[in-house]
Amino acid sequence: MTTAPAAPADPAGPADPLQQHFDDTIARDQRVEPRDWMPDGYRRTLVRQIAQHAHSEIIGMQPEGDWITRAPSLRRKAILFAKVQDEAGHGLYLYSAAETLGADRADLTQRLIEGRQKYSSIFNYPAETFADVGVIGWFVDGAAICNQVPLCRSSYGPYARAMVRVCKEESFHQRQGYELLLTMMAGTEAQRAMVQEAVDRWWWPSLMMFGPPDGDSPNSAQSTAWKIKRHSNDELRQRFVDMTVPQAERLGVALPDPELRWNEERGRHDFGTPDWTELQRVISGDGPRNAERVSRRRAAHEEGAWVREAAAAHAAKQAQRREEGAPA
Amino acid sequence: MSNPDWPLYEVFVRGKRGLNHVHVGSLHAADDRMALTHARDLYTRRNEGVSIWVVRSSAITASTPDEKDPFFAPSGDKVYRHPTFYDIPADVPHI
Ligand SMILES: [Fe+2]
Ligand SMILES: [Fe+2]
Repeated sequence: MTTAPAAPADPAGPADPLQQHFDDTIARDQRVEPRDWMPDGYRRTLVRQIAQHAHSEIIGMQPEGDWITRAPSLRRKAILFAKVQDEAGHGLYLYSAAETLGADRADLTQRLIEGRQKYSSIFNYPAETFADVGVIGWFVDGAAICNQVPLCRSSYGPYARAMVRVCKEESFHQRQGYELLLTMMAGTEAQRAMVQEAVDRWWWPSLMMFGPPDGDSPNSAQSTAWKIKRHSNDELRQRFVDMTVPQAERLGVALPDPELRWNEERGRHDFGTPDWTELQRVISGDGPRNAERVSRRRAAHEEGAWVREAAAAHAAKQAQRREEGAPA
Repeated sequence: MSNPDWPLYEVFVRGKRGLNHVHVGSLHAADDRMALTHARDLYTRRNEGVSIWVVRSSAITASTPDEKDPFFAPSGDKVYRHPTFYDIPADVPHI
């Protein structure tokens, strides 16, 4: 066993052997692992990104969770329950990855409920009808898949491995949403109208999930150089559009963008520009449901305090009994 | 699962009979029993495992700082530990 070499707080530059080893690891497309030396900026960027991602999964339970008690059948209720439970799991895989970087889970939760750390803007929109549940699975989980599949090759090992688990589960999320919508589209005129309205509500916010346009995304270049991020926001947005258009056609709904059309020359779809001022507004706290989402998370945390305390007290008592030699 | 009083546990899952337990992640729990049930709920929702180990993270002794630690150097020059080190004539069967 050796002890960790004292890492300089601020590496002198490429001549630094630790920095050099880190750079080589990235250049060779190998993974950085928790106890490796890494630049402070790399660690900070990862903690921020992974924490935001974890918070998104946790807050993301709310819009759909609202519909668990109102699902129209036992089948849909069981599916929705399992889906929302998966999202809790995703949040926990990610908090676990953040902890390998020295972040403290309790502290991350505290930052979320105090509004000091962000989560994806999309979850500040309400799920107004049961059709929204289907559209969330189709669009929001679909967009999450576009974002997350490349993250399975992210340079930080624990993050990449968490993403592999998450991606395996997301496919069920997207498919249950699309199937739900197919079922509604085969129903009454009123049900078809509900689906179209939900599509109209969620299309633009879903495109915003990929973040601001590349020109306004100042941290992207560094994240790409570190191979934390593999594709630009605009590239991922384009992939999502190309993937979704034929699915919308098959479903029989219109995507609410008059500029959306196939571009033969590019071999991709042209599409309109999302309202970036709306994204800014929602990110900075002024979306339709921001206050409610955070306050509900805070209430759940505070109302659960007695359970955490009771479990800790029970564990302490058991440990003490074992020490005294009494049967546990 | 976020309480400063609940220690961190590492979770290892045996995917199926015949395989080793593999590290899958971590979680917080008040005690060993809770760590096991949390591990089941978190890491084996889809039959990913037939057996789970949990161990307090603080109980693990690791060789790192780094995967290229000299700790592993002694095995680097012992190529004779690998079967490909040995030349066997092609006409010798089953070896
Ligand atoms: Fe998720
Ligand atoms: Fe999902």
